[in-house]
Amino acid sequence: MSSTMNETSARMPEVDAAVADRARISIRNLDFFYGSNRALKSIFLDLPEGKVTGMIGPSGCGKSTLLRVLNRMYDLYPGQRATGEVLLDGENVIAPGIDLNQLRSRIGMVFQKPTPFPMSIYENISFGVKLHERLSKSAMDERVEWSLTRAALWDEVKDRLNTSAGGLSGGQQQRLCIARTIAVRPEVILLDEPTSALDPISTLKIEELIDELKRDFTIVIVTHNMQQAARIADQVAFFYLGEMVEVGAAAQMFTAPSERRTQEYITGRFG
Amino acid sequence: MSASTVNPVGSRGPARDPRVAAMLSRRRQRRNMVAAGLCMAATTVGLALLALILATLLWLGAGGVHWSVFAHSTRPPGSGGGLLNAIVGSLIQTGLGTVIGTPIGLLVGTYLSEYAGNSRLGGAVRFVSDVLLSAPSILIGLFVYAVLVNPFNGFSGIAGSVALAVIVIPIVVRTTEDMLRLIPVSLREAAVALGAPKWKSIVFVCYRAALDGIATGVLLAIARVAGETAPLLFTSLGNLNWSTSLTQPMASLPVTIYQYAGSAFDDWVQLAWVGALLITFGVLALNILARVVLRPRV
Repeated sequence: MSSTMNETSARMPEVDAAVADRARISIRNLDFFYGSNRALKSIFLDLPEGKVTGMIGPSGCGKSTLLRVLNRMYDLYPGQRATGEVLLDGENVIAPGIDLNQLRSRIGMVFQKPTPFPMSIYENISFGVKLHERLSKSAMDERVEWSLTRAALWDEVKDRLNTSAGGLSGGQQQRLCIARTIAVRPEVILLDEPTSALDPISTLKIEELIDELKRDFTIVIVTHNMQQAARIADQVAFFYLGEMVEVGAAAQMFTAPSERRTQEYITGRFG
Repeated sequence: MSASTVNPVGSRGPARDPRVAAMLSRRRQRRNMVAAGLCMAATTVGLALLALILATLLWLGAGGVHWSVFAHSTRPPGSGGGLLNAIVGSLIQTGLGTVIGTPIGLLVGTYLSEYAGNSRLGGAVRFVSDVLLSAPSILIGLFVYAVLVNPFNGFSGIAGSVALAVIVIPIVVRTTEDMLRLIPVSLREAAVALGAPKWKSIVFVCYRAALDGIATGVLLAIARVAGETAPLLFTSLGNLNWSTSLTQPMASLPVTIYQYAGSAFDDWVQLAWVGALLITFGVLALNILARVVLRPRV
């Protein structure tokens, strides 16, 4: 994995400039409510383009909630609402009147547990693509191969594309879900604890994949695993009780956080 | 119980009295044996009844199975004849009833599971469907008689099919709703997260995931209506002659069994047993076929 090592070390000098990069998504004064319960409190956060933003914090701190605001997942559930601004190309995506299906094609999401659809591997990929584009058979074949290759799964499944996706291992299923998401060619990919249900080898593969994908996509990952955040994130945001306590370059957050609560959390004092 | 008075420390720790422990153990073993014995007895009774029914059917029906049963329609007593018109009539009415009832049941079940939520309309629809599920089938026959037989040109095959469809609907509604509710939220969210509108995630993802269960529900419905007699008495009436016209009275196996089994003619009684055997094994074959077809899916 020497290439990964080189990339990591080469990245170090520019890490401090991460926050200064062009923000793909700007979150401005965001509040979120489950009924009358305020789960997110005045969040301000920029998600820089082409970088990995890690969100850490103890269970129930609001990090997954924030992720689900970005692609308006909360719209599925009555009684949940957000106020403030989430700007994607200057457009407030939590305002009414946004085309949610189009928004979700621009901001893809991968969940904690692998969720392959009950269909073939090929159809798992083509399902999402067909929602937004009309492709010829050959163009679709190309897209399926491209996305599976990008998700580091092509070599393992190229001979059984028409078999059920349920027959894949957990790690393969999760990479299939990533392939399915990038096949739609989103701008941003949201990952909600994508490796918490996987074994260490599969986790390593997915971490390498994320590092590779950030060249083309802006990535936001929620994780309970601080080593993981330290390994793959350029920018890290720490959440606690619905507030964003601190955000900064990963190296600085894990060595010299400016807030005492961050320090206590990353050293395992609570959480 | 007595254990806590004998041993106030509780069941843990070295202070436990071995005699009390042995007594409790014996008591649990006795209870376990009683419960297991009751379960076994109930299972035996249930299976024995089923075996008895099948054995009686085979004993009395198998002897009458002959090619002429499938080649001829019903004839007057003593002149031979078969069950062809009843078999074909049953196939037509059961098939048509299923074809009419399944889509309606599927859509209502989808509405209840995916769209109704806790709304009052949803609650009302669910309640009505459940009432219909347990409604006596003769009432359904009377209802169809009142709306399709009496105002039009009398008894007809289509009226019989509609009566059977009314029985199919609530069965499919219930299984569709139950099966769709079993699908994990994560699968729906995954489809929505790709930018799928709700109806596409239902049709292309949820239906596929629930296919086995819904198909089982449809099969249950077919098995149920294939043997229904009461709703057909008032609707398709039965027909002693060969007829496949949907606007004419139509024969069916259950009605023929009903008429023949109570008759005084030995050859008619024999045909009634054969008809009963055919329905039973037809439904059995359908179930086995469905299991074989649906089994390999993951």
